[in-house]
Amino acid sequence: MSLIAEIVISFMLIVGGIFGLLGSWGLVKLNDTMRRLHAPTKATTLGVGGVLIASMVYFAVFMERVSFHELLITAFLLITAPITANFVAKAHMHRDVKERDLPPTGGDYGWAGYDEVGDGKQPIDTK
Amino acid sequence: MVGAILRRVFPHPQLTGFLVIIWLLLVNTITLGNLLLGVVLGVLIPGITQPFWPDRPKVGKPLKAAEYILLVLWDICIANIAVAKIILFKSNANTHSQWIAVPLELRSPEAITMLAGTITMTPGTVTAMLSADASHLLVHCLDTDDPDAVRDEIKHRYERRLKEIFE
Repeated sequence: MSLIAEIVISFMLIVGGIFGLLGSWGLVKLNDTMRRLHAPTKATTLGVGGVLIASMVYFAVFMERVSFHELLITAFLLITAPITANFVAKAHMHRDVKERDLPPTGGDYGWAGYDEVGDGKQPIDTK
Repeated sequence: MVGAILRRVFPHPQLTGFLVIIWLLLVNTITLGNLLLGVVLGVLIPGITQPFWPDRPKVGKPLKAAEYILLVLWDICIANIAVAKIILFKSNANTHSQWIAVPLELRSPEAITMLAGTITMTPGTVTAMLSADASHLLVHCLDTDDPDAVRDEIKHRYERRLKEIFE
């Protein structure tokens, strides 16, 4: 039983390590800020996920108590990663991306960073 | 009368329950004291943050929401492997990155936020911007030769499900 658990834990740690390394390598290798964003938002999720699953199995089998902190870390990670990525993308676009490089919205107004809706129209009803 | 008082104390009952569960997970042990403290937090925090939730989004179908979360978790695993492959085996010159405009049918801000987050976490796409009138999403795609297919998949796979959950 403990041998199986050890194998599972090691496997998850290795998977986590590989994906963490790949995410960082992507940051080095890709050659454009928008492309670089893809590496840490995705590859790293599974990297951290693998380590967290290993930690849960370890505490459940060897410490004989169930730990829920890992689930919380996963949840917070899944909530915060897209928002961070979005803000990095926005900062980058304000600095280096011209509106003419982007596809047209197809609607009446441009992209939020380059165009604004006048006072007459409130796009989202926030009351 | 009783209803009005209840609504005063629990302006957002789902958030209250959610906060109690999060608190119990944080302290990692379930005792009466922790439960009480969780309930106190669950009453105080929604009360203080009430102005931030003008619309109180309703999740009408919890089963559908659970199905959606599982689907997204699975897609995140796939996304990780797909992006890892591109990083490892594709040269930069061979990677065709593109901007895609995705027209939105969703109207509630919460649903659009969920969709934007999902797009960022799933295969080869990152949400970059919303159009000024919140009718289109600007998505950056890491490697694609067929932007229309990516757009249709986002609309069909995620937006359709979110529409069922939130509207």
